[in-house]
Amino acid sequence: MAVDTANNGVVLAADGRPLKESLNRALRKNRMRALMLVAPLLIFVLFAFLIPIIDMTFRSVDNWHVGTLMPKTSAALANWDGKDFPEEPVYAALVADLQAGAKSREIGKVGTRLNYEKSGLRSMITSSARKSKRLKEGPYKAKVMKMHKKWRDLETWHVIKRNAAPYTIGYYLNAMDMKYDKTGEIVMQPENRRIYGKLFGRTFAISMAITIICVVLAYPISYLLATLPLRYSNLLMIFVLLPFWTSLLVRTTAWIAMLQSQGVLNDLFVFFGLVDDANRLQLIHNLTGTIIAMTHILLPFMVLPLYSVMKTIPPTYMRAALSLGANPFVAFVRVYMPQTLSGIGAGSVLVFILSIGYYITPALVGGTGGTLISNQIAYHMQSSLNWGLAGALGAMLLASVLALYFLYNKIVGIDNMRLG
Amino acid sequence: MALPSYAGPIETSWYYAFRLICACIFIFLITPILIIIPLSFNVEPYFTFTQGMLSFDADAYSLRWYEDFLSNTQWTHSVKNSFIIAIASTILATILGTLAALGLSNSNMPYRSLAMGLLISPMIVPLIISAAGMYFFYSNIGLSQTFLGIILAHTTLGTPFVVITVTATLVGFDHSLTRASANLGANPTTTFFKVMMPLILPGVISGALFAFITSFDEVVVVLFLAGFDQRTIPRQMWSGIREQISPTILAVATILVMISIALLATLELLRRRSERMRGMSPG
Repeated sequence: MAVDTANNGVVLAADGRPLKESLNRALRKNRMRALMLVAPLLIFVLFAFLIPIIDMTFRSVDNWHVGTLMPKTSAALANWDGKDFPEEPVYAALVADLQAGAKSREIGKVGTRLNYEKSGLRSMITSSARKSKRLKEGPYKAKVMKMHKKWRDLETWHVIKRNAAPYTIGYYLNAMDMKYDKTGEIVMQPENRRIYGKLFGRTFAISMAITIICVVLAYPISYLLATLPLRYSNLLMIFVLLPFWTSLLVRTTAWIAMLQSQGVLNDLFVFFGLVDDANRLQLIHNLTGTIIAMTHILLPFMVLPLYSVMKTIPPTYMRAALSLGANPFVAFVRVYMPQTLSGIGAGSVLVFILSIGYYITPALVGGTGGTLISNQIAYHMQSSLNWGLAGALGAMLLASVLALYFLYNKIVGIDNMRLG
Repeated sequence: MALPSYAGPIETSWYYAFRLICACIFIFLITPILIIIPLSFNVEPYFTFTQGMLSFDADAYSLRWYEDFLSNTQWTHSVKNSFIIAIASTILATILGTLAALGLSNSNMPYRSLAMGLLISPMIVPLIISAAGMYFFYSNIGLSQTFLGIILAHTTLGTPFVVITVTATLVGFDHSLTRASANLGANPTTTFFKVMMPLILPGVISGALFAFITSFDEVVVVLFLAGFDQRTIPRQMWSGIREQISPTILAVATILVMISIALLATLELLRRRSERMRGMSPG
């Protein structure tokens, strides 16, 4: 290699360029190569996954219906002060919009949208749209007032004006059990209509319970697996790995076979006389079923990280504590357990993240008392078709999962994640 | 963890109590999976053991649910669909994921942790949210109720596993091997296939297995994206459980358990091979 040091003290590489520049070029090339390797997947994930999710969360604030389908009314209401009923031009605009909407058959969407804010507005819009075809000339104010009693309610006009804006926080308010009152102030829903707060609470409580049960069950067997000689522990590991690798639906089916009232477990109870044949235990399609099945499904996710942490703890520490006079219990609590905290943390966050987003098992074995927030999202996606609310609930669930994920990243670091 | 010879009565009883507790937990883990195997041979359409089964009467056992599974076109279609979707998405996920892992394990990669976070995200986001997002977006671009749509969706769900397993294998990779190969005149492609690939192969295969099982077992996205023609085995089981519960599901479940045992054995062999290869490579 021809290195020329006489050139003003600058070290040159073989091709005559300064060494520093040459090195930078090589680094840049290296960096580009790394980027090129990652780029295809990054672009793929962006389009096939991230953009759909962003698109879904956007639905939770999107509010195009009224502004787009009733443009004239929206514009006319822009200057309305809200103190008394609007003036004649607003009614003229409304009739024009209703007539146009009835013709294009799109007006029902406005009705559906407004009905989320205040029930009864869907029928008001559809019946008024039908009647509006007969209105030929003004003044319209009295005629509109006569079409449906809700037009004589000042709140209706507030709802329309509020939803003429292209974006709304209405779905989020709904998802947090809040609403606008008659004057447009944000208030809590009446006690008997608060469902989502309870549902979020229940989802967190169930996930917490499952996480705690998982820790309690995983700790002894991980300890056993970590301390047994390898040839036994590898064999016992099958008991953890086989459920881990078995299809989710298979395990859920298995639990249905086990827990239903004519199922294996109840038959056993009856056989041993623990339960009377007439009143077999209701173990499924309720909260109990959800917790048992989900604990079984998520337990391997707790055992695996706990086992890998316990495997690294030298047995000499415990022996040292014992020989220094600690009794076995104290030695275990003061010496062994603190060293397993990172494993407990990693496993707990993992199990908690997985369980708050769980859908399949609660839907199949949860009945009405054991469903979680995901089931409500699916309900609004598929049955009630209130996609904005589904988006808002989804965004809130996503936010809590991401927060927990950052916690997980702090405890374990994503690079240290091990599978299988 | 053998019981020491100096153990007193408390230690001895605690030792056996602990073993008993562990045995109970292991029974909890394995029983549901084992119990469905005999139940799937039930001659009656029940989910529980009949008197005949308990007294080992041969007439109480039959293969009728397996026959039903094989003769029902809905089930056979779903098997075909499951394999088409799982194999296609595994191939895509493995190629994309392995390339990305090679880039990510390069220490010069800019914004490495950000890229890693984005690539792992399909594994973190709850499935119901992914499914909801894909449902809207894929409908808009005409991909819902198509095989392509489901394959793409499953590919995104499978790639994080490939990225994680291959990255983990590359942590132990000795980069002087590729430099030696280049030094000996091999071009990058030859180096990749002749030097790198054999060494990272266990990671690639176990990542591919994870991607396969993810797709094969996935039902939430399929529920939202698939039409009647794209029903997979889990989707069919889902409606089986919800609508017409028959022990055919148990027969299918038994077959799936056999498949997972095969997968588990494959992974274990790979792990051993990987350890052997590590032992061979210097440093």
